[in-house]
Amino acid sequence: MIWPLYDSGIAAGLLAGFLFGFVLENAGFGSPRKLTGQFRLEDWSVFKVMFTAVIVAAALLWLSKQLGLMGAESYHIPTPFYAAMAVGGVLVGAGFAIGGYCPGTSVAGLAGGRLDALVFMIGMVAGTALFAAWFGPLEDFYLAFPGPEAQTIMDLTGVPEWLIILILALVGWGGFKLGTKVERKLGGPYKAEDLFPREKQVRSKE
Amino acid sequence: MSPRPFWPPLWAGIALGLVLFLTFILTGHGLGASGFFTRLTADFGQWVMPDLTANNRYLGDYLRSDPLRAWITWEVLAAFVGALVGALSGRRFRPKIERGPSSAIPSRLLMSLLGGVLTGLGARLARGCTSGLGLSGGAALAVGGFIFLIGFFVAGFLFSFMVRRYWK
Repeated sequence: MIWPLYDSGIAAGLLAGFLFGFVLENAGFGSPRKLTGQFRLEDWSVFKVMFTAVIVAAALLWLSKQLGLMGAESYHIPTPFYAAMAVGGVLVGAGFAIGGYCPGTSVAGLAGGRLDALVFMIGMVAGTALFAAWFGPLEDFYLAFPGPEAQTIMDLTGVPEWLIILILALVGWGGFKLGTKVERKLGGPYKAEDLFPREKQVRSKE
Repeated sequence: MSPRPFWPPLWAGIALGLVLFLTFILTGHGLGASGFFTRLTADFGQWVMPDLTANNRYLGDYLRSDPLRAWITWEVLAAFVGALVGALSGRRFRPKIERGPSSAIPSRLLMSLLGGVLTGLGARLARGCTSGLGLSGGAALAVGGFIFLIGFFVAGFLFSFMVRRYWK
């Protein structure tokens, strides 16, 4: 077991963050029109990119454990709080549809020069402050219906890990097919040239 | 200068999956984003209302005990730099307020603010956001990650239906 290295130091944060931001921007995830296009079904990039990333990372984690490079319970698995995580997901989904971003993509949006992303961030700070102010009355709900600690899909269903990953991959493959078909029908997906119109050029003599 | 095209979603997804796996190898946990804004809120609170913030059960505990506070700060600041490099090298950096063709600036900014407030509340309630819980929890095949993602996609479709004229 040589992994994980458990190094949550500055260098690890800088490296992971730099690559994360670079990939998000190159996927087009700084653009709220492209991002929200997922829910108008015009642009399935959010589903495609997220699903692929989850499957690739899950498969590599599984492989690392198979090869004995990583211990079974050696990395962080969040404990489910069914009520709070479902409602929290609903609020973040609503915020995404209305505001055009989630926390990570707002960072990519601002880095591309979008001032609406900065306003979204100010909203997030206000929302976090509201949560803290209301934490007393919210606490019971925050802790309601906890699952077993670090519960995985394998714990919940008894299905082996490789089969879960295979099923996810099949669902993802179906989603890719369906998404591409629907996108084309609705005139999407958003391309960079649709979102960044070419600046008007002064015509030079030919 | 016209912008360079975005990466195809399959390649972007593979790249994101590799970055996520690398993060697990290095740190033992995944990527995150909303934790940075919790820290920002706590630090801002400490500055403008120090007593109230220190005595607040949620933010006070966060300031005293969250072990990933420093890590996520560096990670998110570097994500900004990485995205900036992506935007500049892809000729996609444009100072602007991005909005639908029929949407006015004041309504767009108001909706940005409202969306941010809902996201801030939701991410704290869920103990993470699309990156920290959805993506990283999903890769760990955690039940919590998938509960979050189901809520996220269902609400996304419902609310998108209500606001679609602002984006179209």
